[in-house]
Amino acid sequence: MAGARDLPPDEVLVQRLRDGDEETFVLVLDTWSGGMLRLAMSFVSTKASAEEVVQDTWLAVFKGISDFEGRSSLKTWVYRILVNTAKARGTKESRTVPFASLVPEEEGPTVDAERFRPPGEQHAGHWAVDQEPRDWHIPEDHVLRGEVREVIAQALDELPPRLRTVITLRDVAGYGSEEVCSLLEISPGNQRVLLHRARASLRRKLEDYLSGAQDVAVGGDERGLR
Amino acid sequence: MDCVDFVELVTDFLEGALPDADELRFIEHLAECSGCERYLDQFRQTIAATGELTPDRISPDARQQLLTAFRDWRQQ
Ligand SMILES: [Zn+2]
Repeated sequence: MAGARDLPPDEVLVQRLRDGDEETFVLVLDTWSGGMLRLAMSFVSTKASAEEVVQDTWLAVFKGISDFEGRSSLKTWVYRILVNTAKARGTKESRTVPFASLVPEEEGPTVDAERFRPPGEQHAGHWAVDQEPRDWHIPEDHVLRGEVREVIAQALDELPPRLRTVITLRDVAGYGSEEVCSLLEISPGNQRVLLHRARASLRRKLEDYLSGAQDVAVGGDERGLR
Repeated sequence: MDCVDFVELVTDFLEGALPDADELRFIEHLAECSGCERYLDQFRQTIAATGELTPDRISPDARQQLLTAFRDWRQQ
């Protein structure tokens, strides 16, 4: 969703691009290329490859824009070209990301089983003592907020490719569930499983970071750094 | 519903994908359990913070090449 409000409506964009308006091209290029790069990273192994996927996608967009029929949004059409380009390239690099079914590491609990009381104990299945989530506080200080973004960006990069693809589309790029299912050709149920695992993993990383960060913030105060 | 089940249903709940009976049990549990209430809230905060990510940029070289390609295409 980032930047969407800064762009003119699709009809205007498409007409201007067809007319070869450079200012409009620069606008969409700068607004969308970052998200496209992240998405491409889910299919290929290096940032250089991902960048080439983004470039090839834009070249395909120039070629195809005269045939664009407006059955989806322009951005969805561009993303679809990107996914196809990236998939083709990922196959060459033998890093394919089949989405049809779940793989074993995508099953099983998303929260460490040790955080719950074991079967047989009183209140089995409830948070164990000292294991329930503690209050956390996402700092408002913009330097620390930047650090939080870094933690999330890092955690995102460490996710398995399919999880990263789904959460990038849903929570970073702001796509709805239906669009993501059609873009990746997965069922709504599988999409939710992948999204949930990805979110749970990011929440865990944030929990680790924020429980440590509070100490750091206090240290900063003591040293008079703020 | 136990906490161990609750934490696996959060995305389904947020997506409105839980069957009515499960949604009712989910909300009942939420009302009674501060740990899970916090878990759900942290999930929401994680989603919000993820939405604030500034996407990476393509390199200035790649951007320049694309501008050149755009101008070439326009000439045709
Ligand atoms: Zn609970």
